[in-house]
Amino acid sequence: MPSYDTIIIGAGHNGMVCACYLARRGQKVLLLEAANEIGGLAAKREFFPEFQVSVAHSISHFSAKVIKELNLESHGFINPSLALPTVGLNRNGEHVVLAHDEGGAASLSGVSEKDLASFKNYQTLMYRYAAMLKPFWETVLPRIGVGGIAKAMTYAKLGLKLRLLGKSDMREFMRIAMLPARDLMDEYFDNDLLKALLSWDALIGSKMAPRSPNGPVVSLLYRMGGDFEGAHYLPENGIESLIYSLRSVAEASGVEIRTNAPVEKILIQGNESGLKVEGVKMPDGEIITATRVVSSADPHRTFVDLVGVENLEIQFANRIRRLRSEGYVAKLHLALHGEPKFTGLAGPEGRMIIAPSMDTIEFAYDDAKYGEFSRQPVMEVLVPTRYQSGLAPPGKHVISAHVMYVPKKLKSKWCVDAREEIKNKTIDLLSQYSPGLQDLIVHAEFLTPEDIESNFRVTGGNWHHADHVIDQMFMMRPTYEAAQYSTPVPGLFLCGAGCHPGGDLTGAAGHNAAHEILKP
Amino acid sequence: MGDSNTITVDPFEEERPKETHFHARMAVLNIRENWAAWNGYKLANYFYDAEYEYFCVRNGCGTYDICGMQKYFVSGKDAEAMLNRMVTRDISEMNVDRVTYLVWCTDEGRLIDDGTVFKLGHEHFMLTCGSPSLAWLEKSCYGFKDVSIVDMSERIAALALQGPTSCEVLKKMGLKDIDTLKPFGIKHFPFGASKDKPLMVSRTGFTGDLGYELWIKPELALEMWDSLYDAGEDYHIQPFGEAALNMARMEAGFIMPLMEFNEALKTIHFRHDHTPFQLSLDWLVDFKKPHFNGRAALLKEQHDGPEYTLVKLDIEGNKPAEECNVYSDKGCENEIGYVTSAMWSPVVKANIALAMVKTKYLKGEIWAEIYYNKELRSYTKVSRCTVKEKPFWTHPRSRATPPLPY
Repeated sequence: MPSYDTIIIGAGHNGMVCACYLARRGQKVLLLEAANEIGGLAAKREFFPEFQVSVAHSISHFSAKVIKELNLESHGFINPSLALPTVGLNRNGEHVVLAHDEGGAASLSGVSEKDLASFKNYQTLMYRYAAMLKPFWETVLPRIGVGGIAKAMTYAKLGLKLRLLGKSDMREFMRIAMLPARDLMDEYFDNDLLKALLSWDALIGSKMAPRSPNGPVVSLLYRMGGDFEGAHYLPENGIESLIYSLRSVAEASGVEIRTNAPVEKILIQGNESGLKVEGVKMPDGEIITATRVVSSADPHRTFVDLVGVENLEIQFANRIRRLRSEGYVAKLHLALHGEPKFTGLAGPEGRMIIAPSMDTIEFAYDDAKYGEFSRQPVMEVLVPTRYQSGLAPPGKHVISAHVMYVPKKLKSKWCVDAREEIKNKTIDLLSQYSPGLQDLIVHAEFLTPEDIESNFRVTGGNWHHADHVIDQMFMMRPTYEAAQYSTPVPGLFLCGAGCHPGGDLTGAAGHNAAHEILKP
Repeated sequence: MGDSNTITVDPFEEERPKETHFHARMAVLNIRENWAAWNGYKLANYFYDAEYEYFCVRNGCGTYDICGMQKYFVSGKDAEAMLNRMVTRDISEMNVDRVTYLVWCTDEGRLIDDGTVFKLGHEHFMLTCGSPSLAWLEKSCYGFKDVSIVDMSERIAALALQGPTSCEVLKKMGLKDIDTLKPFGIKHFPFGASKDKPLMVSRTGFTGDLGYELWIKPELALEMWDSLYDAGEDYHIQPFGEAALNMARMEAGFIMPLMEFNEALKTIHFRHDHTPFQLSLDWLVDFKKPHFNGRAALLKEQHDGPEYTLVKLDIEGNKPAEECNVYSDKGCENEIGYVTSAMWSPVVKANIALAMVKTKYLKGEIWAEIYYNKELRSYTKVSRCTVKEKPFWTHPRSRATPPLPY
């Protein structure tokens, strides 16, 4: 008799969501986390004595269904009433600000009347598309060519939804879905800051720039499916409240959680009837048996490192090898002894984007894609201490910034000097928007994608485990034969960001995987 | 430069078929200058006369140049695991100095190629096959920590010596105890001035008769040829080309790429390739092995049964059924398959063929519509076919150790 019904590898939010659903249906679940803290990239960590922050610093589209079904609100996860404004920073203080009021209506300032009018049209259309796609993010997309009418219906529904857009909107969707972000923005707007700001969420986390083809608009629509129509927000009590509420539900449902428990190998038994997952092997030799193993680790780590290619098909293993999963986003954490001031802003409000134009983003990408630092990086800056107490001593602050594009493979190889150089360059750039910042800095931490890879066990240091690009999405995510949460190895499932629908704090992959595992 | 008459650079150098390590000797013997090509190397179609060479192989012995064959060293701690996952047979029980015939398939269980694995050491193998396979090997290695692939195709000279007198010739050549070498075994021999044993001999071949394959470094290739031909003078030694080989292998029931099968990685239409079951190579698929590439797909194929099956046909009359279709009725209304190779077999005295036939029709009548030509006139003839279970021709000496004297 196996000791557990299910072992879940990785207590990131998706692993926890999956664990909760399975345990609530009576399964005996063991959740193993390699780090000493649960939460993965959303885990709060002390980067300097008394200063804390998580790598994932905001939420754009966490699943409302998961919040409701797991009753996260009674376990301490509370959505705010207001989303964060997104601010396109301008060095001279003339910012572009996109905000949402309590009713969810967007307001845009700092742009021309013409752009304002265009924005209304843009928004109406994009929200229609985002709403059309939304149900499919939380649906298991069936394997093409396999299964009966019920499975075909999922695609029929998608077709119908498309058709219901009406002829002209449907045609327009077909046209813009694959457009590079640049083309879409140029069609609608004049203001450079606005264009850079709106295209940001189509690109961040993937190896993509404004001129990149391959479905950035779909990635944008994925994020626009959130409660605040894609505007980022912080739950009350911060990102950690998501992780803690999930832990609370997991524990209440009987999930056993072990931290400091890295899995060395997924144990696979082979005999005349083929392969079957047997459990996991820990580094100290301990063997834990289970009916199934569900991995929230990225596909590469799961298949190549934990399963081993000797248990996989050759072409399948090579599709995992070819997944585009190289991270290009670094993380800057600053411990400050006072509140930073940004030119033209009353306080360090919202999600501040430093990207003067789409060309700046493109040039930053051009450097990085050939393995060099961006001469002028672009970034997304948040001061979480503005919204949440307890991350720093009273009166002190933390800056959290996603910096693009920082190649995981640096041509000149990562070393202390290289890291210092780009860290200082990033701080210098940030100081241009926040004069006096340098004097406030108590400590600065710079996590390159390589650091994110080694600290958080994410291949390539890629948040999404595999880029959000059209050939790696939907029923192709991470690749066919593993895109429905089950895998070619009987008893092994995936539930992480490398599955449909993808990365970010959404819980959808964990939810969908549990649905697939529990299906009658 | 300057004077155009003095330019000696050949602008087509890269395009021309290369010469193998035995070319200097073969060129002299290739009276008809009838060259074909194999993997970029010149290879004789026949040297003098295909049928003559065939009879030499069946009654004396013949040499066939296999320098064009692809040879890969697969080495390292994970070499066995990597190969065992790639091929459908289980090689984990193989001993050192043994050879095994095997096939490998895509994830979908479609045949990529057939070949042989030589176990040269505990972590050292040689894989041979008909077509360049480096890309597939590289893919197959992905994820294994300790395995290296070295393409030895140009660095090993290889010559097949096949036929009833082959053992005697090698004995005369001085290969001590060659007669104790078992089928699919390997032995290493001293040769020439060298102190070590540079000559490797495997008891393998593609003719269904007693035969050996000789492997040596290129510098010693011609010396080996001369020594072999000196020893073989009284044993009817004769080089043979592709045409004679094709006759001999057909009688033995062996399959050929581009005749019996298409390599799966080279076909465009998904039904133009084959599974091992279609090729009647069931015996090469070992489901006792928990995992190998294509296993799940092949298990399904075994369960469902292949749509087509490669069979051996004995056909009435004496007109070779080359390139014909076969039917379930004499009226040729219901087409059930096609002939892949066909010949009049002198040794069996039968009109033989290999054919792909729809499995469900195998129990019923099979008729071949044969087209032939007499002095520029075309004729058609419908002949009854009988399915043969055993190879058309084999000889006990090919399995006996020591081989029976001839």
